[in-house]
Amino acid sequence: MITKDNYASEVKKYQPKPKLLRNCIKAFLVGGLICAIGQGLTFFYIEVFGFTEKTAGNPTVTTLILIAAILTGFGVYDKIGQFAGAGSAVPVTGFANSIASAALEHKSEGIVLGIATNMFKLAGSVIVFGAVSAYVVGLIRYLVEQFL
Amino acid sequence: MKIGKNSWQFNQGVYIQSSATVTGPKEKQGPLGETFDYSFEDLHCEASTWEGAEQALLTKSIDICMGKTNMREDAIDLFISGDLLNQNVTSNYVARNIESPFLCVFGACSTSMEALAIGSSLVDSGNCKNVLASTSSHYSTAERQFRYPTEYGGQKPDTATTTVTGAGTLLINNEPSDIQIEGATIGRVIDYGMNDPLDMGSAMAPAAADTIVQHLKDFGRDPSDYDLILTGDLSSVGSPIVKKMTEQSGYDMEGIHRDCGLMVYQANQQVFSGGSGCACSAVVTYGYIIQQLKQNKLKKVLVVATGALLSPTIVQQKETIPCIAHGVVLQRVDV
Amino acid sequence: MFMDFFWAFVVGGSICVVGQIVLDVFKLTPAHVMSSFVVAGAVLDGFNLYDKLIEFAGAGATVPITSFGHSLLHGAMTQAEEHGFIGVSVGIFQLTSAGIASAILFGFIVALIFKPKG
Repeated sequence: MITKDNYASEVKKYQPKPKLLRNCIKAFLVGGLICAIGQGLTFFYIEVFGFTEKTAGNPTVTTLILIAAILTGFGVYDKIGQFAGAGSAVPVTGFANSIASAALEHKSEGIVLGIATNMFKLAGSVIVFGAVSAYVVGLIRYLVEQFL
Repeated sequence: MKIGKNSWQFNQGVYIQSSATVTGPKEKQGPLGETFDYSFEDLHCEASTWEGAEQALLTKSIDICMGKTNMREDAIDLFISGDLLNQNVTSNYVARNIESPFLCVFGACSTSMEALAIGSSLVDSGNCKNVLASTSSHYSTAERQFRYPTEYGGQKPDTATTTVTGAGTLLINNEPSDIQIEGATIGRVIDYGMNDPLDMGSAMAPAAADTIVQHLKDFGRDPSDYDLILTGDLSSVGSPIVKKMTEQSGYDMEGIHRDCGLMVYQANQQVFSGGSGCACSAVVTYGYIIQQLKQNKLKKVLVVATGALLSPTIVQQKETIPCIAHGVVLQRVDV
Repeated sequence: MFMDFFWAFVVGGSICVVGQIVLDVFKLTPAHVMSSFVVAGAVLDGFNLYDKLIEFAGAGATVPITSFGHSLLHGAMTQAEEHGFIGVSVGIFQLTSAGIASAILFGFIVALIFKPKG
């Protein structure tokens, strides 16, 4: 008997569960592929442009961001995202997609109030939590290093 | 005239004179593609913004609906319309170009039947002669308002639904035609504590069941008195739940119930658990169902449009999702 | 060379799997997952663990968003060595500027050129 009180648990059987294993395999393959492409880019920047292993990270990330932004523009990245889930959201390309998609979405409200204002609608939380946590961890580490 | 507790019976005779359905390209590829009056080939509907595209859908459906009659636009006594967007912008902005008085309604995806029930009641009472009842929704305007930017690569669960891009319009008055609007049951707001905006089927099913059961009680009927009991957008998640819930109230809808959200798309169109949105019930009912009634393949249909009355802000504030459903009875009459 | 690709693939893929599990099992929004991952990257780097992962996996560790937290902290700590206490806040965006600046720039250009597909 479905009642208001037991509704949430009674209807669970009608709600399709996320296919966890399949989703994880897809996330692994796509996420791994994006990282492998990143590795290729890193080698490319080291071999061709003389970057070191430490400094090659920046051009690698920048290139991936460019690719993700273009794929977002062509309306491809959201299809990849539906397939790959975290596989395309966790790499830095997902960060770029969240910025480019928000910017593109609000184009109709103008360049200033639309694109520029809304660009960080989704990615903002990543930057906020990144900066705050880096600050807190950095401060703790600094104090620990100073006084211990 | 009031009948039972929450229902109206239109004794003076309210009839559908003309109907129109307009959709986007994806709906055209669906199983009911041939039943729509017009389908835009592109999601932008020849407009420069998504909001403009939705207005184009609604305008087109009104134009086609009026074009099917020889009635002049100034004969319309009232235009009733609603949509999903904040401040009902689609309806309000389209109404700028309509000469007649305008009532704007919001019932989320139940708007189609809300507008039709109000319009029928006004015709029945004699306050209006000719009423135009419309609704619209657009995939991209709904996505950007309720979810994420359309190009954002977030993964949606299988319980999610796909907003139907489309609009439907009906012209009703008291001149006998072959489809009569017999009655309506106005729903109550029901909240069973569901809070997942990506699973509206589960949230809306209790509201649909409540309205269906109340309707059958009010009119003293059984599901078998209908050829079809059609829910708006419960999808593959909510449909079995509503069947189960009406059954435990003593009304078995097996073989009689269908859901617009499961009729408008094919399974292979990647629409998750089905279609949703104001236009979902409108394009199915005002197109396919009305054609079936005209061809005498259906005689009596109860359409129960279901709406989830949520906003992204209040969902993020950890509130649950209140839902509503309104039912309207369409029946074939031989004139 | 091949092993570099292999480990980048495996480690990067595995980090994504963790993200997928958090998404599906705990039903968090992508924004929650991304934010937690950045915090996790900063915390791991606080214990000097993330650098070891980068040495081992290369792009498998630098491409996931966790490396953003790691780079933010690295920037802060580099400046802290020079300027002490104040350096922590001065240096935060030092190493990540390329990523953020390019994301803004490319996002802006894409928004100007393209039309949303819907």
